[in-house]
Amino acid sequence: MAPRLKLFIPLALFGVLALLLARGLQLDPKELPSALIDRPLPNFSLPALESGDMLTNATVTGEVALFNVWATWCITCRVEHPYLEKLAAAGVPIYGINYKDDSSAARRWLAELGNPYRANIVDAEGTLGLDLGVYGAPETYLVDGAGIVRYRHVGEVNDRIWESTLGPLYRQLAGGESGS
Amino acid sequence: MRLCLTVLLMLLALPSAAVIETYEFSAPELEVRYRSLSQELRCPKCQNQNIADSNAPISKDLRRLLYQQLEAGATDQEILEDMVRRYGEFVRYRPDFDRNTVLLWLAPLLFLALGGALAAVVLRRARGGPTQALDSDERARLDALLADKDRAQ
Repeated sequence: MAPRLKLFIPLALFGVLALLLARGLQLDPKELPSALIDRPLPNFSLPALESGDMLTNATVTGEVALFNVWATWCITCRVEHPYLEKLAAAGVPIYGINYKDDSSAARRWLAELGNPYRANIVDAEGTLGLDLGVYGAPETYLVDGAGIVRYRHVGEVNDRIWESTLGPLYRQLAGGESGS
Repeated sequence: MRLCLTVLLMLLALPSAAVIETYEFSAPELEVRYRSLSQELRCPKCQNQNIADSNAPISKDLRRLLYQQLEAGATDQEILEDMVRRYGEFVRYRPDFDRNTVLLWLAPLLFLALGGALAAVVLRRARGGPTQALDSDERARLDALLADKDRAQ
């Protein structure tokens, strides 16, 4: 190698390092891949918030639906709530998982803010949350008609998220099912 | 005196803040395994803490789950697999060797080899490599230069 070219080695190294660091800045370390993707919804048998009836996998699966992990102590859930109402009004089935919450507070919340959920699973101890791999509310799982988890979104569901990732996937799954 | 007593009491109260929660184990070896496993499992919420150190509610749940599994007689491997099934390979500080983690595990060796090769090249160059004998023209020029230098002195 010509000695003159060697002088550029530090610059090249710096360039590589800068690229790596720039990439590192854009990654969100809090976004964990779900271990549950393409696996069935974990088995559970938990009471419904509204009626107290026992809910199991069989009672809540059968069509493409969203499973939204929420709680009254979760501030982002409150921000997210109006958007869920909008989705429910548009005909998207949403089930709630009331995660580590006080049931009477949760019922009050639904009475005050409206209820976008088909049903709410009371997960007071967080056992279903543990099985799902929930690490913070809100989280939203897209489950297909066969009860297989297809996608997990951590954080608030809003217009941007719905239009970019959740919505297209939902339409694809729902469309594929009605077509067959 | 009173101040002394207050200070003394405050000092005595400190260690109690460090305790998170305690479990009664049916066998001492379970407790040993609990310690090592809770240090090897990473808290999914707080990222850079293990579940033994973390105060997050999720870590508390995971510790309880770990305790229940240990008491139920699960092996270390079963417990780790179960945790990975929920939270992915992320929860382990020592992930399994597979396609995704091959670079992670081999990077130290790779860098060692790279550094070794670099050091070998630099050392060989410093030693000067094979020397070439001067041919007759060069020898004549060298002699002339040396003669010049002698004359100048």
